[in-house]
Order: sequence, then C-alpha cells, then structure tokens
Amino acid sequence: MAREVTRRRKITFTVIGWLIGLTLFFPILWTILTSFKTEGEAIATPPSFLFFQWTFENYFEVQSRSDYLKHAMNSVVISLGSTGLGLLVAIPAAWSMAFSPTRRTKDVLMWMLSTKMLPPVGVLVPIYLLFRDFDLLDTRIGLVMVLMLMNLPIIVWMLYTYFKEIPGEILEAARMDGATLGKEIAYILAPMAVPGIASTLLLNIILAWNEAFWTLNLTAADAAPLSAFIASYSSPEGLFWAKLSAASTLAIAPILVMGWFSQKQLVRGLTFGAVK
Amino acid sequence: MKPIRIALAAGALLGSTSLVAAETLTIATVNNGDMIRMQKLTEAFTAKHPGIELEWVTMEENVLRQKVTTDIATKGGQYDVMTIGTYEVPIWAKQNWLVALDGLGADYDVDDLLPAIRDGLSIDGKLYAAPFYGESSMVMYRKDLFESAGLKMPPAPTWEFVADAARKITDKDNEVYGVCLRGKAGWGENMAFLSATANSFGARWFDMDWEPQFDSEQWKTTLQFYVDLMNDAGPPGASSNGFNENLALFQTGKCGMWIDATVAASFVTNPAESQVADKVGFALAPDNGLGKRGNWLWAWSLAVPAGSAKKDAAQTFIAWATSKEYLALVAEKEGWANVPPGTRKSLYANPEYQKAAPFAEMTLQSINSADPTEPAVDPVPYVGVQFVAIPEFQGIGTAVGQQFSAALAGTVTVEQALQNAQNLTTREMKRGGYIK
Amino acid sequence: MATLHTRTNARVMMSPAVLMLLVWMVIPLGMTLYFSFLRYNLLMPGMEEFTGFGNYEFFLTDPAFLDALFNTLLLVGGVLLVTVVGGTFLALLIDQPFWGQGIVRLLVIAPFFVMPTVSALVWKNMFMHPVNGLFAWIAHGFGLEPVDWLAVLPLFSITMIVAWGWLPFATLIILTALQSLDQEQKEAAEMDGAGSVSIFLYITLPHLARALTVVILIETIFLLSVFAEILVTTNGGPGTASTNISYLIYAQALLQFDVGGASAGGVVAIILANIVAIFLIRMIGKNLET
Repeated sequence: MAREVTRRRKITFTVIGWLIGLTLFFPILWTILTSFKTEGEAIATPPSFLFFQWTFENYFEVQSRSDYLKHAMNSVVISLGSTGLGLLVAIPAAWSMAFSPTRRTKDVLMWMLSTKMLPPVGVLVPIYLLFRDFDLLDTRIGLVMVLMLMNLPIIVWMLYTYFKEIPGEILEAARMDGATLGKEIAYILAPMAVPGIASTLLLNIILAWNEAFWTLNLTAADAAPLSAFIASYSSPEGLFWAKLSAASTLAIAPILVMGWFSQKQLVRGLTFGAVK
Repeated sequence: MKPIRIALAAGALLGSTSLVAAETLTIATVNNGDMIRMQKLTEAFTAKHPGIELEWVTMEENVLRQKVTTDIATKGGQYDVMTIGTYEVPIWAKQNWLVALDGLGADYDVDDLLPAIRDGLSIDGKLYAAPFYGESSMVMYRKDLFESAGLKMPPAPTWEFVADAARKITDKDNEVYGVCLRGKAGWGENMAFLSATANSFGARWFDMDWEPQFDSEQWKTTLQFYVDLMNDAGPPGASSNGFNENLALFQTGKCGMWIDATVAASFVTNPAESQVADKVGFALAPDNGLGKRGNWLWAWSLAVPAGSAKKDAAQTFIAWATSKEYLALVAEKEGWANVPPGTRKSLYANPEYQKAAPFAEMTLQSINSADPTEPAVDPVPYVGVQFVAIPEFQGIGTAVGQQFSAALAGTVTVEQALQNAQNLTTREMKRGGYIK
Repeated sequence: MATLHTRTNARVMMSPAVLMLLVWMVIPLGMTLYFSFLRYNLLMPGMEEFTGFGNYEFFLTDPAFLDALFNTLLLVGGVLLVTVVGGTFLALLIDQPFWGQGIVRLLVIAPFFVMPTVSALVWKNMFMHPVNGLFAWIAHGFGLEPVDWLAVLPLFSITMIVAWGWLPFATLIILTALQSLDQEQKEAAEMDGAGSVSIFLYITLPHLARALTVVILIETIFLLSVFAEILVTTNGGPGTASTNISYLIYAQALLQFDVGGASAGGVVAIILANIVAIFLIRMIGKNLET
C-alpha cells in the first residue's frame, strides 16, 4: 500500500515538475528554435514548433556581419577579470570582517551595499568624462575596473557570510601554535574557504556577463562584449527575429553551459551562508 | 615596395602632400539593411583605398544615438564617422561639433543630391553631413482588398477617404485591419507620424513665441481623428506598435493600409519576406486640403565629428559611400531594388531603377513635397517636419508620445492627454529658457 | 598585544576594498553631487551655471515623479512577491524525489543566465505581442480575444518578465536551505501527528527565514534600478503607467542629455534606495544575525 502511494506521488511530482520546468525554460527553447527558422517563418501564425525548414543561414549571416569570437573573448576577459580582481580585493576585507569584527563592521558592510544603489544612468556622464580623461574609453581594463567596483559590495558580502561559517576556534588554535598570517591563510583558511570563493566567483561572472549598461555605453569597437553584439541585431528596420534569436543563442550559450556544469558550486554561493 | 605604394596611393587619393600611413576609421552606424550592405562592401572600399581600414560599430538606432551623442558632446573621440539623422545635423553643426564636408572631391557632384535632403543637412550653404539614404512617408495599401471592397485609391488621397476606406476594409474576424499606424511611444516612433499628420491638420508644435500649441483646436481634431480611426479600424495592441511591428503585420497580410516610411516599400514588395508582395500599391500621404500633406522627411547621413584625428580619410570614405559609383556598385551586386534610395536625382532618372523599383516615383514625389523649413500651415520658429530641431525635443517628444500612446490605449482621454502634453512641454520649454 | 596585532592586520586587510569603494563613491558620487547643483546640458555647452536646488526642484516636480515612485515600489514588491512565493513553491517541488529531477533543475535555473535585454525582447515580441505572439495564438485557440499585455497591463507584464529572470535565483537559495533542513525534526513532528501544512508553517518556514532574507535583500538592490526591460518593452508608457525612477533618470540623462537634472535624479534615487534599505533591514535584518 505504502509503496503504491509513494509511487503515485512520484508520478504526480514527475508530471508537475516537468511541466513547470519546461514552461520556465520554454522562452529560451523558443529562441533557440526560432534561430533556425527563416525570417518569414519566425513571425508566421500559426507558429510551427518543429516541422519547419531548418536552416543555418541566420548563423552564417551573424558570423559574416560581426566577429562573434572577438565579442565573446571580450566578455570572457571582462567578466573573469572583474571578478578575479574583485576577489583579490574582497577576500582580505571579508576575512578581517569575519574574524576580527569591530563594532563598525556591520555599518561598513551596509555602507558597501549602499554604494551599489547608485543608479548607473545617473552617473554615466561623470564616468564617461573620467574615462575620456584617463584614456579608458573602449578598453577592457576600464570595463574590468567599473564592473569590479559595481560588484565588489556583493562579493564582499557573500564572502563575509561564507567566512563566518568557518569556526573561529580553528584559527585560535593555529595562532596559539604560532602560525603566521601567511600560514594561517595557506594551510587552514584556503582549503575551508575555497568552495565559498568558487561560488562567489561563479555568481559574479554571471552578473558581469549579463551587465548591459556600462559594457554598452563605454565601448565602441575594440572592447565591445556580447551586449554590444546583441545591440547590433535588435530592432533594425525590417524583420529581424530569426537573426536576433541566433545572436541571442550565441550570447547566452557560453554562460548557460558554464552555469549548468557548475550549478552545485553556484548554489552553495547563492546561499550567502544562509544555510549551514 | 608595398608601404611606399600604399602611401603614394593614399596620398594621391586624399590629394594631400603628407604621407599617410594605414589608418583605421571607426564608423558608427545603424543596423538597418542599407547600412549592413555598406558594411559588407568594405572590401570594395579598401581595394580602392588601400591606406584606409574600416572598423564598424553597428547598433540599433536608439542605442547608437545615445552613444554617439554622449561621445560627441563630451568630445570622447571614439568615432571617425557617425551615422546621424536630419534631427541631429543642424543642432550639432551649430555647436561646431561637425566638420564641414568640403573634401568630398571634384567628381562628387553635390548638385545631384535631392534639394529637400541637401537643405536639411546644410547650414549657411555648407554641407555638414552627406545623405546615405533618404526617406519620406507614404501610404502603402493592399490593391486586392481595395478591389474587393469596391474602392479605388487616388494617387493623392484625403484623410477623409483614408478613414472611410479603412473602416470599410476592416474585417476583425479574419484579422484584417483597415489601417496600421504607429502607436508606440517615442519621438521617432508615434510622434514622427503624429507630428507629420498634425501638420496636415493645420496644427503645429509651437507658435512663433515658442508657446506649445497642444491646447489648440487643431491638435484636438488630429488626436481625436487618430484615436477614433485606430479604435475602429486598427489592429489590437496598436499602442505598442512601431515601424517593425507594423511591418510584420503588413507583411503577414493583416493591414489594409499602412502609412509609414518610404523605405518600407522595398520590404513589403520583396517576395522572400512578404506574403503580400504582389498586391501592394502606393499613394502619397493624405492631406486635408490645407496645403500640407502628412508626410515627413528623414535622411540617415554620414558626418565627421570635429574631434576625429582622421578627418581626411573620413571624408574619403563618406564621399565613396554616398557617391553615384556606390549606388552602381550595390546595383551590380544586389540589384537596383536594393540601392539606398532618396538621395540623388540621377538615381530617379535612371530607367533601370524605375523598372526595378515600382515605388520609385511615389518616393521621389513624397520626398520633394516635404518642406522642413515650413512644415506647418501656420508659421513656426523651428526646422523639421516630424521633429523640432532643438536639443530638448528628444525628451519632450518622448514624453508627449507617452501621453498620446496612453490616449490610444484608452487609459486617458484625448483631452487629458493633450492637457498633460501641454503642461509637460511648457515645463520643459521654461527650463530651456525659450519662454518665461 | 595579540588583539592589537590582529586589529592592525584587520585594518590593513580591509583597507584596499574600503579605499576602492570610497574612491568609487567619492569621485563619481562627488561629481554627481556637484553636477546636480549645476545647470548643465551636454547639448548646450558653455551654459553651465550654478542653480542651487533648481535641478532637484525640477526633478521632484516632474508630473511623472509620483507615478514613477509608486511604480518603482510596485515593481520591486511585485517581483519579490512572485519570486519568493513562486520560489518557495518550486523549491518544495524540486525537493521531492521524482524522475528527471536533475534535468528539471537545470531547466528551472536557465532563465537566470539570460541577459535582461534579450529576455525583454523575446517576451515582448514572441510571446506578448497581441497579433504575432504565442499568447495571442493560444487565446485564439480557446476562442478568446487576445490580451494586449503591454498596453493594458504594462507594469504587470514587466513584473512578470523581470520575475521570470529572478525566479531561479530565489528557487536555488530556498532549495539549498530546504535540503539542509533537519529531517529527524520533521519526522518527529509527523509522528506527533502534525499535518503537512503545520509542518511547513512551524518547521520549514522558520528554517527558511534567513534564506528568504537574503533573497529579498539582494533582489531589492538589483530591482530598484531595473530599466532595460522597461526601455525595450514600453518606453515607460502608455502614459506613465510603467515609468519608474530609473527610467525617469534615463529620460533626463540620455534623451535630454540634461546632466544636471539626471544627477539630481541620481541623488534622489540613492536617497530613496537607502530609505528602502533601512526599512528592510529594520524589518528583516535580524534574520541575518546568527
């Protein structure tokens, strides 16, 4: 009896689970399907789901018009660079906040988060002027810096909550044994902190990859990442659905694959130490 | 050997004595079909001008405008050639942000440019941007639907006829809507159409003292006419339809008429994209017998920002991309129907073009009948048919566009929308110092 | 001695992050603050002059300002509601054993990787369009009149688009929290005859409190400055029905190129965001303490 109930339960959940999963995924699936249609078919009603003339012409067209690899490389460099640099700066800060908290630690954390509330559009012109004066317009290094600063508060906060989960007693013990700061980090902390750092890294790569304001407005030709690549396919005069879908698929694919493969680490980071 | 040859070739072409090393021009342009073709012809240019390389930044119109405006105003110097419209040219030229194009070469034949377009790009007789393609607006209609409804489209219809025909053709059960018009908020979207339409109803944006005129009877008639017509004979969702949405509707056979940019003609007659390609007729934009038609004038043009360090090379490129030879090159590679329209008289005199483009005559007449310097029935202090060439217009136009789009969606009344438009325009004009 | 030593160390370790953020705050924010008191339009160079609080007055008296403020809160609240409730539900579902659980999980998190502009374009044209969209096609299939989503329910539609992107984020956090729930405690409650509703209310929900707090805080920070989705779909309209504060600032900055006005708007937005943040922390911040 009981087994029968569990079995029925399992079937029900399978059906509901797949239904919801597919519904949520459907817009992405639809974009991918559309990228293999002709422009005429892409807007046709009734829409065709699988039985249409599959074509790769959109991908050829996209590749002949813009250098996908260059844009993708820029996205990789910018998202990895800004996240890496951010971690370098944030790890010591989060570390000391977690292990030598003072009365002001909480305030400092909140203040850091509040810098994130600066609406990008409101400060575009000041940043643009600064970039112009320091010759940073359309450079990867400029974008790496801006995105690093944009995400730094989140990185610090994530690491802080994560580090707080590491039992302080271990550190105390190590210090008693006369371990120096360097040894403390290398032998005790690093192994315990690596999972948290990895997940912080992943989340911030995603945030940086999808950033589409600064990356679009501070670049022209050389440093333009995938957000600019998309902008060259959206809303021209004329039909553009299939081509935009192809470009979107290309822009999403790398990060989606990365996210899927690393979802375990990602999940752990997303909890911000909210889970023990 | 090679570098010397390059230098010689470049030097000779630029007609300058200085030796020029290989230069890279960064060109900002819109992602419309004609510009994409230009980008694909890069090699034809570099073969002729080996000293110059081209780097393209191709973007959607709104993103591009926001990027190039920020760059030129802050003198960021990221671009050597910018694609801008008839709205920007007079404003930017006045600020000395653009280079006067006097290095286009002797064989450029500047007098071949269509006068209406050339005037819009010149200040004090100096050309500040070279037209890449020009457009006006006109009526595109379905000959088959008109025939089965027993109607005949005159070459120069009135608004009354258009409204009447639209209501007759509408067959909502079969998803056929009499007329598709822009409704999506934006100064270049619904306001382009409505400003041009308002001109033919005798309305205007400002009087000679820069007082906003939305409280006038003419504006009320215009907006009421538009909202009523769209409610009776327009497609659902009209308040979020722009050029592309209407194009898709027309191409899939859902509109009886569509009043929009003349460039659309080549899309709707292209059998590869359009289900109604062989059933489309053209007519001039409607009027109300007041002497002005509801058609606009726009030209995507190439200009050199004053901050560019490669002004000579940039002008060499512009001369190439807007020349007669370029038109012939496109014709040779892609056929005459795909040539960028609306810039040169010689194109419209070309029998081959007339044959390939059934819409050529109507396009030319539409462009010639638009007058940016005297757009309205009553005198106005500004230049521009479907826009007002002042820096504040983008913001004002978009905010007013939102009000009109709300009126179309039915969330506010026509009177309320006009009242809001009047208030917000007055506010902005006060801030700009035009009125007290 | 040791503590002094550690404290100095701590200062040294924190200083790069604090200094960089300080510079990031002081320079752009300082410039923004400075510009906010200037009459400064990029398109009219040479007219800069000090105007005191003129820009603030102009921004705050904008006829769209109150609507924008209200819409901002509505959008943040709406997305939070959908993602928190929906995320909890989804997490509870995925936590159950069923066939293909791993794949469903991948499907559910996928929207998080889609750029906001792309998702807005896709939703607007391929789904919500009243003539060519899939929803319209489905409505026709049931013999119904298609809904013109972005004209009739603009803010609701945008809320849904944004929520679609953030739902995976909420689901993942809540799911991980669920999986760390002490099963024995749950079983003991079941033995005592507690129903599944009361188990959820008295055992699961308290356990999720901290995860939910994190979801709400992080999402709020990002949602306050949503504007790409609005720009792509409705341009803030019809009327001001979908204009939020970010969009209002955008109009000042990149349509008017009114740097003074946009800067004042930016400062106002920061102040508002901080009010919201303080309010939030008062309300739920204690969940973060351990």
